[in-house]
Amino acid sequence: MTGSILFEAIVFLAGAIICVSIAKRLGLSSVIGYLLAGVLIGPYVLGFIGEEGDDILHFAEFGVVMMLFLIGLEIEPKNFWNMRKTIVGMGGLQVGGTMLLSYLLFTFLGYDWEVALVISMAVALSSTAIAMQTIKEKGLMDTTFGTSSFSILLFQDIIVIFMLGFIPLLSNSEDNASAESHSEQTNLLESLPMGFQTLAIILSVVLIIVAGRYLIVPMLRKVAKTGVRELLIAAALLIVFGISFLMEYVGISPALGAFLGGVVLSNSEFKHELESTLEPFKNLLLGLFFMAVGASINFIVIAKSPLTIGGILIAIVVLKALVLFITGHVFKIKLDQKLLLTFSLAQIGEFAFVLLSFAFGLHILSQEQMDMMLVITALSMSLTPIIGIINERFILPKTGTKESIKRPMDHIAKSQKIILVGFGHFGSTIGRFLRSHGVEATILDHDSNRVDFLRKMGFEVYYGDATRLDLLESAGISEAKIIICATNKISVSKAISKIVKEKYPNVELMIRTKNRYDAYELLNLGHENIYRESLETSLTLAKDVLSKMGFRKYTLNRQVQNFIKYDEDSLRRLAAEPERKENYIFKARKELEQQEKFLNEDFKRGIVDFDNHWDSEHIRKALENSKTKM
Amino acid sequence: MFFNYIYNMKKVLVLFSHPKFEKSRVNTVLINHIKDKEHVTFHDLYEQYPDFHIDVLKEKQLLEEHDIIIWHHPFYWYSCPPLMKQWIDMVLEFNWAYGPEGKALQNKICLNAITTGGSKEVYCSEGYNSFTIKQFLRPFEQTANLCGMIYYPPFAVMGTHNLTEKVLVDYRNDYGKLIDILQADLKVSDVENNSFINDIAQLKST
Repeated sequence: MTGSILFEAIVFLAGAIICVSIAKRLGLSSVIGYLLAGVLIGPYVLGFIGEEGDDILHFAEFGVVMMLFLIGLEIEPKNFWNMRKTIVGMGGLQVGGTMLLSYLLFTFLGYDWEVALVISMAVALSSTAIAMQTIKEKGLMDTTFGTSSFSILLFQDIIVIFMLGFIPLLSNSEDNASAESHSEQTNLLESLPMGFQTLAIILSVVLIIVAGRYLIVPMLRKVAKTGVRELLIAAALLIVFGISFLMEYVGISPALGAFLGGVVLSNSEFKHELESTLEPFKNLLLGLFFMAVGASINFIVIAKSPLTIGGILIAIVVLKALVLFITGHVFKIKLDQKLLLTFSLAQIGEFAFVLLSFAFGLHILSQEQMDMMLVITALSMSLTPIIGIINERFILPKTGTKESIKRPMDHIAKSQKIILVGFGHFGSTIGRFLRSHGVEATILDHDSNRVDFLRKMGFEVYYGDATRLDLLESAGISEAKIIICATNKISVSKAISKIVKEKYPNVELMIRTKNRYDAYELLNLGHENIYRESLETSLTLAKDVLSKMGFRKYTLNRQVQNFIKYDEDSLRRLAAEPERKENYIFKARKELEQQEKFLNEDFKRGIVDFDNHWDSEHIRKALENSKTKM
Repeated sequence: MFFNYIYNMKKVLVLFSHPKFEKSRVNTVLINHIKDKEHVTFHDLYEQYPDFHIDVLKEKQLLEEHDIIIWHHPFYWYSCPPLMKQWIDMVLEFNWAYGPEGKALQNKICLNAITTGGSKEVYCSEGYNSFTIKQFLRPFEQTANLCGMIYYPPFAVMGTHNLTEKVLVDYRNDYGKLIDILQADLKVSDVENNSFINDIAQLKST
């Protein structure tokens, strides 16, 4: 059935499209869809994909590398440095604790100490791919849970280097020769003495940083100048491939290297271009990776000893969850965030595939042991989204921050309901001002710490993802007069605007936007109440500058209002203009072109005297003119 | 003697309301001449409250600290600019400025200092404005009266559009001198027979 690349591609793509869209329709994470697709097309169900599943798995791990590169892009070096304590602390605790417990478990089960140690290393690592994909999908990256998970995963990426260096020491020396020929991990590090290994690692990190500044950015500038879109794609891929190759050559996890590369480039002007270019590749490759995991579940091994495998699987998941829960507790994370952390990192990760096959190559593990652990790994990964759903639907609502608390509504709130989405810096000001007028908005927010605080202050708060129709409905969208989208995530506002438009067209929407591009889009969707967050603040600042220079405040006030009107008019006019997509390769360039347009319009408008009321100079001139005419 | 003189010197509050001060030649000259005088507080309402949000408490304190209140404003549409009307509406509170308990402003001296585009001749029953300045200023006069203030005739700079530099300088000097005279105790009897305070003997004599 197999053989042709085209056929394989068709199988994977069709599987993904069918299963993921079904999963999404059922409200499940896309990861479940991919895993299910993998199982379906794998050797034990439909049999479209056979042995080559493993190769695909290796190839698809690239999705993880790209994901870390993209995550790195979003984290500026300064923030990364600020996170160092969390990374080492939480990560160290999690890896150490999990290794200890699972080592005890496997020695108890009667495995040799070397085997138990290798397995415990594999078990300690969680799946960056699954955890980060879920976190990003739910938009929880900026919560305590998001950063904690990320810190732990990053620590694991670092520690895996040392694990790979350590495992050969466990095997008998006579096997080393054969191990090296077998292992895919032949690299520079192993051939170096210990001291040089560290040096090589440091050197390669430095190399990435230096190359990022002095090689990659200038290269991207050259590429950008050509204006050929696909060259940028090629350049982006080249960066990721290049870093990965270097890292693999040195013996460091390519994911870690890619992450560093991302951090280095996060300050460059190409951040957004790289992001938008690599995003689809990453998503497809990750999907492929999840499918490969699904396809690699060996049902024959499961069938042979279902109880043992089931037992160990449950034991490992429970054990990992326990350690994560304790870690969360030590770092004083709130209960619901702790539960999220516990359940989303309780699986064995993709690094286990690498570690296990590496140890197998060194004859530390037997074929049987490796097969069993690989199955458990794959199963534990498949289990994660399911546990996540159980946590979200059944455990979280009962513990910690509840989705809603019933509260008697006063008459104002009852007669004219206002829903306020997002209670950050922007939303809180709105909420406070409304409240000072006795108007209690119903608040939706996804930060549980904030939600608890707000409830203490007597607000009616719903906790969760505001793009969920059922949450909006329980918050009372059907009787709402106005919904205020004060979130800084335009994607959330757009999703809500869609829901409102389709299901509750009578509810008025008032939306905060970051910039004019989001405003264009929302205007074109037919939303009139758009509030650009920077417009009035920057004009107030400019006004104060002019005031300090001696301009009169009252005149400036009028001019600001005038400017706002002028800018709103131009916003609406430009929103109606069709976009000429083919000309815009880069967002930055597009922005510049827009700026140019505005500046030209301003220039035409000139330094305006917007009115001549009581301008004695003007009156005098007019009088003189009429005199001379007479 | 000298210290006693300083101590007793009356304090003047110039409540200036002009939405287009930067475009007013006449007012710029007048204000620059008097704003830094001793015991004169120049209070620029449009600069202080560009959004019309008047700090009533602060305004009341200012009024209490001064003996002579000058409503200095251009004569727009036979009245004052809107912020000054707003000031009157907001600051002159019941039972503070007027009413049975309202004694805060009692016996303070109050007058308008105005600039008009039209000349003196057009402000009479035969002129196209039909009424005199004094008639137009009746609301201000009665406002002052109700607050128990002593209302003096206005200082007026008229026909501003055709004012020569020389005449303007005369007006400027008169305005400065007027403030000196007001501070040095001017009697009601000195002013009551004049339509404009510009015409009092003390200003004419020098």
